[in-house]
Amino acid sequence: MKFSRSASQDDEEIKLNMTAMIDVVFQLLVFFIMTFKIVALEGDFQVRMPLASLKPPEESIEDNLTTLITVKLNAGENGNIANIDVDGDAQSQQLTGETMFSDLTNFVESILASNADPSTADDVKVEFDIDYGLKYQYTVRAIGAVSGKVMPDDSVKTLIEKIEFRDNSQNN
Amino acid sequence: MRFRRKTETGILEADLTPMIDVTFQLIAFFMLLINFSEVDRAEEILLPVHQLARPPESRPEYQVILNLIPDGSVKFAGQKIDKIEFLTGLINREISAAQREGVPPGEIAVIVRSHQDTPTGLVQKLITKCQAMELENFSLRVKERIE
Repeated sequence: MKFSRSASQDDEEIKLNMTAMIDVVFQLLVFFIMTFKIVALEGDFQVRMPLASLKPPEESIEDNLTTLITVKLNAGENGNIANIDVDGDAQSQQLTGETMFSDLTNFVESILASNADPSTADDVKVEFDIDYGLKYQYTVRAIGAVSGKVMPDDSVKTLIEKIEFRDNSQNN
Repeated sequence: MRFRRKTETGILEADLTPMIDVTFQLIAFFMLLINFSEVDRAEEILLPVHQLARPPESRPEYQVILNLIPDGSVKFAGQKIDKIEFLTGLINREISAAQREGVPPGEIAVIVRSHQDTPTGLVQKLITKCQAMELENFSLRVKERIE
């Protein structure tokens, strides 16, 4: 059986009703525009901290070979930083004022520079002793100050990677 | 002289194709940039800012994000835990889930997102709690400073 298509059917233009689709598309667009938020990028400071008692014995032998810098962050009023006591490699200093974090970077740099053998730079460890009430933002600034320095050409000079915290969580 | 207006009875139809094209492209753009991640679940946290912070180069094999609020409560996967001490069950659950994926506790990346005004003692308390459960790989998350 043969069906013949009439000429009038071929000429007829099929028109889709786009109105509903455009409505939905605009609603989607409005939703995405309203929920869109520009978020600043987040980064990390890596800290590897095994529990002291879980450390294998060979690691504690290695600890004896490292230069230890102790950084004590003292809290003042309302959890703001008062001063920094830094002690390492037979040098100790109290850092105060607005430049205390850049002074801390300089102190660490001078200790690294005094190590003639560049391979020993990896053997320098910083231990933070932080007052319980000190605001976290100052802790982050201090960690940043010992871990690296931004050079004038925007490159980052890595200073110390081994960072530990003295447990002050009970000293409230 | 009298002009007679010719009445137009046909319907004027605009070509909507370019507009729909552009609209779809805009939707695709916003869909790609929308962020439904865990970060949005703790909007009250204002991270400290530091210029040395760099986004991680690769996503860790297994990560646990702990949002610490200055009052000592922790937000974890959209759930609020009032005290750090009550985290034991949740961390154990995460450790079991990681072990099922072949990740030992020492390799689980614990990302601490703490408000900038939180007392550091609370951050240490949180870290000590995790250390007691054999977690040792910590990342302190901060916001990158945009110059």
